[in-house]
Amino acid sequence: MHKQRRRWEVIAEAAMEVLIRLCGVSAILFILSIFFFVFREGAGFLFGGFDPREFFGSIEWYPTSKTNVRYGALALIAGTASVSLLAMSIAVPFGIGAAIFISEFCGGRLREILKIIIELLAAIPSVVWGFIGLTVMNPIIMRLFDAPIGLNVLNGGIIVALMSSPIIVSISEDALKAVPDTYREAALALGATKWQLIYRVLLPAAKNGLLAAGLLGVGRAVGETMAVLMATGHSINIPHSVMDSVRTLTATIAAELGEAPVHSEHYQVLFIIGILLFSITFVINLTADLVVRGIRGR
Amino acid sequence: MVKTDVMIEIKDLHVRYGRREVLRGVTLDVYRNEVLGIIGPSQSGKTTLLKVINRTIDSVPGAVVSGTVKVDGEDIRQIKDVYALRRKIGMVAPLPVGLPMTIFDNVAFAPRMAGIRDRRQLEKRVESCLRQAALWDEVKDRLDTLGTKLSGGQQQRLTIARALSHDPEILCLDEFSIAIDPVTTMRIEDVLKELRSRMTIILVTNLVQQARRLADRIAFLFNGQLEEIGSTEVIFSDSPRSRKTYEYVNGVFG
Repeated sequence: MHKQRRRWEVIAEAAMEVLIRLCGVSAILFILSIFFFVFREGAGFLFGGFDPREFFGSIEWYPTSKTNVRYGALALIAGTASVSLLAMSIAVPFGIGAAIFISEFCGGRLREILKIIIELLAAIPSVVWGFIGLTVMNPIIMRLFDAPIGLNVLNGGIIVALMSSPIIVSISEDALKAVPDTYREAALALGATKWQLIYRVLLPAAKNGLLAAGLLGVGRAVGETMAVLMATGHSINIPHSVMDSVRTLTATIAAELGEAPVHSEHYQVLFIIGILLFSITFVINLTADLVVRGIRGR
Repeated sequence: MVKTDVMIEIKDLHVRYGRREVLRGVTLDVYRNEVLGIIGPSQSGKTTLLKVINRTIDSVPGAVVSGTVKVDGEDIRQIKDVYALRRKIGMVAPLPVGLPMTIFDNVAFAPRMAGIRDRRQLEKRVESCLRQAALWDEVKDRLDTLGTKLSGGQQQRLTIARALSHDPEILCLDEFSIAIDPVTTMRIEDVLKELRSRMTIILVTNLVQQARRLADRIAFLFNGQLEEIGSTEVIFSDSPRSRKTYEYVNGVFG
């Protein structure tokens, strides 16, 4: 009996190990295959006929024109960049500020409530954010700025800022929490005020974590699709102010892929946009990861 | 040697962390320009006592303090400018804490907080503090490297230099030697012997022999209460007032 049980335990343990290893490896497998398939769909055109000068340098995006087909993605890149930039310039200061408040100023219960609420923000589906942009923010922006339309960089930027702040807050808070309490005690004992403690000691000590938080926020902002599709006005345009409507890379894929005949040039160009997005987020995430590793390594 | 000038006056001090009472009615005076050693087994409330004196206990969640503590005649609970109080007191923690900035900035931190901006004045202050902490010769050529890159013993001397940087009247050391080697410990003890003529020193230590070497008077805390306070000779004699004191300093328990 005893012996039998031992053998069973050994088998179970080996099985668990295989299963867990499979789970770990599968993540890598999924990423690689996503990259492979996205790349495969776009490869035909990428290596035959694709003009990178036009793609990165022209704002003429006429993928369905009968006589004058153009695949200039510059305006789309500018759209993504402008919305992400605005979103980050709102979300990073607010997110880090919120993290400072949560980790340094508020006590037990308030902290728990705030954290739950902020995590709740992350749980709202992106189409709901887009809906808020379309029906709530749009009229507000029109009224406030006397603008003809409220679906623009400002609207999309605010929406994406709200969407990416939870990740910024929670990672920044972790970074601040990771600063040893002895630093706080030492600074306070030296007569530092709370503000001096934060500004002179905590922020410098946590700066890598805060940077990583910001970069992950950027990754989120660049990749966001549905909400920006609904909130930015979806018009191809290099924006000159936050009141201009734009179209982003992601929104273009979402809006046009359904209409593009499979394996047509248009279809393949959309996948090239996908490769571009994949590369951007990959680089950003990798940088964030290296930065975080830098903190742990020290 | 008659010392009657009271620097710190503690009366019936109680401190609770939630339900746990860490200090239970401690009453003692610290005289100006003496070295008071505070000894006692761990968990006897020594560190808490220091935290009360510079009021960093305020930022410990759940800590409740009652009783009166006067520093230089002023009730610290009624003090408006707690930062001025803290600048009056230098604090050295058990583990060396090099703040994540350069050596220079570490020592210039408190003077800058206090509003000194003049570079030359800061340089002078930094040099004199590092000299007092017996660290100047080792770091004078690399003041702009990170303080955290120094060895443990050097960092602890950096901490002492930093604690001296705001020109404190009181220097509190909390088991400063637990993370450093004996040679460095002896060097720092020599530093303290230099400093004792100019400031009041409170030395919390687990090493009774260290207290014996340095302290004029010794307070023995046990279980949150002051078991005995007296001159070092009496505490280390064969007949201190309390039996427990005798047993503790002679290593029967602790």
